[in-house]
Amino acid sequence: MNNQDLPRWATAFVMPLLNLLSALLVAALVIHLLGESPTESMAILINSAIVNPEGLSYTLFYASTFIFTGLAVSIAMQAGLFNIGAEGQMYLGGLGLTLAMLAFDGALSPWTLIPIGIVSAGLFGALWAFLPGYLQAKRGSHVVVTTIMFNYIAGSLMNTIIVKLVPDGEQNPASRLFTEAAELPRLNQWFPILGETPLNISFFLAILALVIYGVVTTRSSWGFKLRATGLNKHAAHYAGIRISKMIIIVMMISGALAGLGAVNSIMGSTHYLSLNFVGGAGFVGIAIALMGRQHPVGIFLSAVLFGALIQGGFDLSLEKQNIPPETFIFIQGLIILFCGAMENFYAPAIARLLKLKK
Amino acid sequence: MTFDDLHIGSILVSTVRNAPVLIFAGMAGLFAERSGVIDIGLEGKILASAFVSAAVAYITQNPWNGIAAGMLVSVLLATLQAYVAITQKGNQLVAGIAINIAMSGLTFVVAQYIFQQGGRTPDIGQARLFDVVLPGTSAIADVPFIGWVYAHLIGGHSVLVYLAFALVPLVHWLLYHTSFGLRLRACGENPHAADAAGVNVARQRYVAMLVAGVLCSFSGAYLSIVQSGFFLRDMSAGAGYLALTAMVFGNWRPVYTFLGCLMFGFFGAVQIQIEGVELPVIGRLPGSLIQMVPYVVTVIVLAGLMAKSVAPKALGAPFVKSR
Amino acid sequence: MQPAVEFRGISKHFGAVKANTDVSFAIAKGSIHGLVGENGAGKSTLMSILYGYYRADGGEILLDGQARHIRTSQEAIALGIGMVHQHFMLVENMTVLDNVMLGSEGGFQLKPKRAAVEAQLREICARYRLDVDPLAVIHDLSVGAQQRVEILKQIYRSANILILDEPTAVLTAQETASLFEILRLFKEQGKTIILITHKLQEILDITDTVTVMRGGRVIGAVPTAGTTKEDLANMMVGRQIINTLPRAPYNPGAPVLHVQNLQLQDGQGVQLLADIGFTLRAGEIVAVAGVSGNGQSELMEILSGMRLPTSGQVDFQDKALPFAGRSDADGLPRTFRNLGIAHIPEDRLRDGVVKNFSVMHNTILGYQDKLKGRWGLFDYKAIAARCAALMKDFDVRPNNHDLRIGLLSGGNQQKVVIAREVLAQPTLMLVGQPTRGVDIGTIESIHRQLLALRDSGVAILLVSVELEEVRALADRILVMCGGRITGELKIEEFDTTRIGLLMGGMHKS
Repeated sequence: MNNQDLPRWATAFVMPLLNLLSALLVAALVIHLLGESPTESMAILINSAIVNPEGLSYTLFYASTFIFTGLAVSIAMQAGLFNIGAEGQMYLGGLGLTLAMLAFDGALSPWTLIPIGIVSAGLFGALWAFLPGYLQAKRGSHVVVTTIMFNYIAGSLMNTIIVKLVPDGEQNPASRLFTEAAELPRLNQWFPILGETPLNISFFLAILALVIYGVVTTRSSWGFKLRATGLNKHAAHYAGIRISKMIIIVMMISGALAGLGAVNSIMGSTHYLSLNFVGGAGFVGIAIALMGRQHPVGIFLSAVLFGALIQGGFDLSLEKQNIPPETFIFIQGLIILFCGAMENFYAPAIARLLKLKK
Repeated sequence: MTFDDLHIGSILVSTVRNAPVLIFAGMAGLFAERSGVIDIGLEGKILASAFVSAAVAYITQNPWNGIAAGMLVSVLLATLQAYVAITQKGNQLVAGIAINIAMSGLTFVVAQYIFQQGGRTPDIGQARLFDVVLPGTSAIADVPFIGWVYAHLIGGHSVLVYLAFALVPLVHWLLYHTSFGLRLRACGENPHAADAAGVNVARQRYVAMLVAGVLCSFSGAYLSIVQSGFFLRDMSAGAGYLALTAMVFGNWRPVYTFLGCLMFGFFGAVQIQIEGVELPVIGRLPGSLIQMVPYVVTVIVLAGLMAKSVAPKALGAPFVKSR
Repeated sequence: MQPAVEFRGISKHFGAVKANTDVSFAIAKGSIHGLVGENGAGKSTLMSILYGYYRADGGEILLDGQARHIRTSQEAIALGIGMVHQHFMLVENMTVLDNVMLGSEGGFQLKPKRAAVEAQLREICARYRLDVDPLAVIHDLSVGAQQRVEILKQIYRSANILILDEPTAVLTAQETASLFEILRLFKEQGKTIILITHKLQEILDITDTVTVMRGGRVIGAVPTAGTTKEDLANMMVGRQIINTLPRAPYNPGAPVLHVQNLQLQDGQGVQLLADIGFTLRAGEIVAVAGVSGNGQSELMEILSGMRLPTSGQVDFQDKALPFAGRSDADGLPRTFRNLGIAHIPEDRLRDGVVKNFSVMHNTILGYQDKLKGRWGLFDYKAIAARCAALMKDFDVRPNNHDLRIGLLSGGNQQKVVIAREVLAQPTLMLVGQPTRGVDIGTIESIHRQLLALRDSGVAILLVSVELEEVRALADRILVMCGGRITGELKIEEFDTTRIGLLMGGMHKS
């Protein structure tokens, strides 16, 4: 069943919605089996994550990171590449900005320090994605397998490095705290209603990234070449596009975006580099890219949804013993399944429905 | 600690005991991928069967019930994957990743719900599988070196360890010396040729996935029933991906995959032992650096710099009859 | 004696296309029967019906005098029909033995049967001089040897009727001779062979009887001994082909393209192009005629920068095209476009358009760097206006530049591709099968387009399997067969018999 034969509104809105609802239906069933009411849980979640201003702030804080990892996976997907390495690339991005902070946070003002941190995060993320991209372009090594490897190598590498960064006398596997100059301004400075929450300007950075992504992929000639490569390699070759160069560059940009996800987590919140700070954000990025269909608005909404799931899920787990935060990892998996692997599940039914109407 | 403190003996024994998790999963992945279906969902199947095996083993105080239950769950997941890949012709990579993530969450949640112990299962206590003591072990116990090897390296392991090692020649035989294996491999290399020869490609792939499900369940059962005695959150710790790596490293062949599993088991054992040991010339090597070696080696293999790793030609491509 | 195969009134249509109309002829047992025709003559369809891939709409097939319903290829095999396709159905990393046993292993364990099958294969190889080692791995074998493995498979399955689809396309002269020896041995054993080919010499060399098809019908079914190559050529292509389209008088300008000694070998050593050389001038249309699969597609790929030649030189406006020193053709089409070479590809859906892009975006394809404005961004208003004008000028319907191009009919898609390339104002236009999959009404407008282009001074190289099209457009004609140019004619010399001979591999003599 070729879902390209269905009208655009069906593939862009109806099917993703049906897929999401299917995932949520399964989740509701599981919640019911756990002895809780799905509707009540939903209410608690929405209240905590959206209605409550501090909760909303946390939701958007999480979303800030997810927008970056979602963008990372999306842009690679548009070229036909499945970048599973966002997790490791974000980890390395954290290393990059940490090294910059540790070197300069005593000497520079925030106006120079913060951009340096941001650039370092992106740079290190890009570097970590370069080799998988190069190997795919020049040697045909499948980017999925290589990025999985690089995730693990990143884990081991960071284990080794972080141990070296622990200040004398400290037990925590983490670097020292950065100075105040390295802290990203928090939005509660301007909106006190947000309370003591870490939502910071990287949220705006994320929005900016979404806008640039949208403009570049839909309006620029490079974005045109990117999408052509992903949709039809033969036609892309016919059109004179240098496919190997495109693959390498897209992977580097993807890695850079993933690396930027670390800016929110570290410079916006913890202010130090710690073990496994990424905490699965790279994989959430995959879910977001699939659910949001690589569209800037879809990515934003999906990122907020996942942020809400995490924030609301946390509060829900406090109220309901039987619905721990890990429930939302399960839901994440369901969403990836329905929106990614089974995306055409409803296509035949929709096609029949449309034919009936004719 | 000096170099002499590195107990080679215990490293070897650890290697033998680390390997089965990977061997079961590696053989499982082999079946799936040789038939043309990418199985990235090994991790999820391992976790699911680890949990179910431990839970059922505890509740019924019988490890074999646990294994059977774990097998059922793993086969169910494999069937779902097969449905997505073969019938829905969906993205096999995404399906596998989805299962991994979903099971990571679900196993914890269900464990928490049933046992209320922070997402783990209670220790199965006495309900473990038996260890195999080879005949004559006590007789030659005093013989230097050989006595120890016979008692601890070759003998004295859990029965599942022996099953894992025995599986390798069995899988090799199945793949290369039976009609089932011939058809399976044809489906993975050139499904159109298989189809033209009268093979039902879809059915062959479904069966391959089911076999993968069964084999993978042993990996999970081994983790929770043999190695630890209970289920713990995310206890597979990447074993599923490691097994895939061993498979890629082993060029999708049973014996080389097995060697890859041994290599990973070896490095895992060394990594633990080497912390704090002063090696000659190099000094102290952090265990995490050793941990990295198998992955780096695999990337080198993938880059084609060291031996050629050739995947089954039709791997990952849903089969659509041309006429 | 009953004929091995008899077709009675076979008809088959695909939508509006009548692939076979009232096909009737018989093939005697123990003979080699040739089936000849151009592209689209209906030979492949007929054989697909015989082999169970398709079901005929009307008529019947008799095997050994008995009417048979062949519903699947499995049934065809059971009835003793074997087919060797152009694309082999072999598992490359398995041995010959494994490939033969696949699907009919005779039990769960392979070992017990292996020795027996191996012995059988060796016996068959000896009997038919197939010269294949059952234990050899397929990817180690030459293409010719792989073909013999396919034949071996069919014989092992007790095929009495062997269909070979254009078998010599991938063979050298020696290998062809060996193949024919094998076929003769097969015939001596009382088997029947159907040889699908367009190469006239082969018909004369080896067949006993031949059926010529054209336009889905049987034009002639005759004993080979009584025909000449001119007869065959005439039957194959002979029809009234007249040209009604107006054009400016032939006045070619400076040479634009000069091809010298172009050679192309593929990864398996098959010679796809050999000694190709010709010149193309501004303001002329040179058509490359011939049955598809004789190197024309590869020639286009090389001239458009999509593929590198093995050796040879191509001069464009007196400067050599930059093939040298490259390991692959990645990005090369862009260089060629910048030089002024435009390309309307043969395979529109694979190479020429991105199905999911809108019509407007498809007009950008290939020219994305030329059309970009400030900061690398597209001015969509200007591009949309350009596209709208283009759609109006070339009468593309429906006139909606936002529609996904995959939703347009083949003819309209082609108009978009042609318009896009014409708009680039190239010096050289490469055109491959411009009217394939295009409705009749559009064909004429496309032909007028191309003639107008020629009249304005563009050099055009046209590849087409449709002789009507060649007749309508060409100033000069090159005929290709077997990767070589078999002959060259001026349009005044257009003679269907002559062209048929050249298409059939008979060189200028």
